[in-house]
Amino acid sequence: MYTKDGEDYFIVDAHIALWDARPENQLNIHGRQFIDCFYDYHRNLSPESELWPYEDYLYYGGERLLKDLFVDGHVDHAIFQPARLGAFYRRGFGQTEEAFGLAQRHPDKLTYNHHWDPRFEREGLDQLRRDAERFQLKGVKLYTAEWQGASRGYKLDDPWAYRYLEACQELGITNIHVHKGPTIRPLDRDAFDVSDVDKAATDFTGLNFVVEHCGLPRLEDFCWIATQEPNVHAGLAVAMPFIHTRPRYFAQIIGELLYWLDEDRIQFSSDYALWTPKWLIERFVDFQIPEDMRDEYPPITVAQKKKILGLNAAAMYDIDVPAGLGVPEPAGA
Amino acid sequence: MPADPPPEQAARAARERAALAALDDVLDPELDEPITDLGFVRSVAVATDGVLTVHLRLPTSFCAPNFAYLMASDAKDALAALPGARGVVVLLDDHHDSELINRGLAADAGYRGTFGEEADEDLDALRLTFRRKAHAAAMERALTALLRARPDLTEAGLHGVTLADLPETPATRALRRRRESLGLSVAPAAEVLVDDQGHPYPGQEIPLRLRFARSVRISIDGNAHFCRGLLRTRYPGSAADQSPRPHGTDRTGSTDPTGPTGSSKLRTTAEVKPA
Repeated sequence: MYTKDGEDYFIVDAHIALWDARPENQLNIHGRQFIDCFYDYHRNLSPESELWPYEDYLYYGGERLLKDLFVDGHVDHAIFQPARLGAFYRRGFGQTEEAFGLAQRHPDKLTYNHHWDPRFEREGLDQLRRDAERFQLKGVKLYTAEWQGASRGYKLDDPWAYRYLEACQELGITNIHVHKGPTIRPLDRDAFDVSDVDKAATDFTGLNFVVEHCGLPRLEDFCWIATQEPNVHAGLAVAMPFIHTRPRYFAQIIGELLYWLDEDRIQFSSDYALWTPKWLIERFVDFQIPEDMRDEYPPITVAQKKKILGLNAAAMYDIDVPAGLGVPEPAGA
Repeated sequence: MPADPPPEQAARAARERAALAALDDVLDPELDEPITDLGFVRSVAVATDGVLTVHLRLPTSFCAPNFAYLMASDAKDALAALPGARGVVVLLDDHHDSELINRGLAADAGYRGTFGEEADEDLDALRLTFRRKAHAAAMERALTALLRARPDLTEAGLHGVTLADLPETPATRALRRRRESLGLSVAPAAEVLVDDQGHPYPGQEIPLRLRFARSVRISIDGNAHFCRGLLRTRYPGSAADQSPRPHGTDRTGSTDPTGPTGSSKLRTTAEVKPA
């Protein structure tokens, strides 16, 4: 919980990871390139006081995660959204056993989401059923640019992806977090395009589709589908740290999201350990649309901030919100 | 006083300047900016045997390979078209597909020859998609500037506004160029707010369509600033090779605190690319 100016904020960090990118886990040069890309994101968008040494960034472990989120970071509950990256890392990038173990020890604080890949076809579908049982899954994280053999990506409207989505619906895995990346098959089209999410959201109205980094770098394509599909949500991973480096750009992103979607379909996330949550939460609570941009965007209300910082994700994941920390409905202006 | 360089060396330097100028015409389709302004050209060198070698670099190893290939192959085409070209080598550095793309470029293998079974047809649809986005963004910049200049004008009042109604500014000239690239009319009587095919929108749709064009512009501008910043983080010293983003001049585009500060060391010519 975070308290500022007499207001209490219940915080859900909807996208965190426990990764291992140390050299001994790198399968090839791409493992190194991938974590270096993340580290450049971290270095480019973090305040100087929040920078991590490269060694810490490669692997930080469960204890550090608990401290950064729940001791220092104001977070009440966080959701693991692991990426497998089996073509880059020997034991995968997201550390399944360690993360799931933490979630089992701290069920009040952590939810473990797993991943699936439709290119594993029948075998993967059987695995999904076992994973749903073992992890008690409420959600999954899908990285559509995952490399696998000769294929370097898939779309959500591929026939096998639909069979996995059908299984999710049946198994009660209602929250589908979609993370678009730079590759897709074929390479003819834009890999960041979200029209496949549009189709899936139309055909699976019982599922929530949370598009991570709110469609960036295609904010406009995302907003266009989200305004038409009520079960499409925005995850703020990667968008949040612009609050420091480019606050006016951040104002435009959040302003566009509030215009095209609504305040109930936007979820805070730090994308830990890309960034740490403490400073992002503190900055966001202090944030306001600059005066000279008010023609385009109305000011953000305290109630909207409370929803974005935790109440929206809490509702999606049935996380208990302590009495007094909700907002009266409707939020109002 | 230093002695004049030998004539052969001076000729090589002249060819390097011409090569850089030719690369000014190569755009990053996603960011709608020349690769020279973005700092993506790492080096340009003519060897004693006359072979021109250009190294390109991108903000991350994981920039989309289709866009990476487009820029690299466009660069090679632009350089090969220069008079007196005696061998052109274009190399993309530090990318996850460097090996694949550089092999394809060396063999002039084309998109399908480079990517094999990952390629279905061609990248024409990808190019067209991003020309359309660039046009939408240019349209919004021009119209938002007009709205600010004329407080009497409402968003709904943009219905029927033509190219002749726009002041002669860099934003208007940029819009005309984007229209030409899509084969749309640049006649003074042509309406400004149009769809990808050049058809005006019905009056009641105008505020929504302007709003959508704004989200396109915000997306492109935001990506451009992020990519520029990542390049500077990845390659210390590369800030000096970047020029300020020409159309990031609206009042919502604040200065980038980590933006380029030094003057260009790569750009040997004094000319500045217009928007």
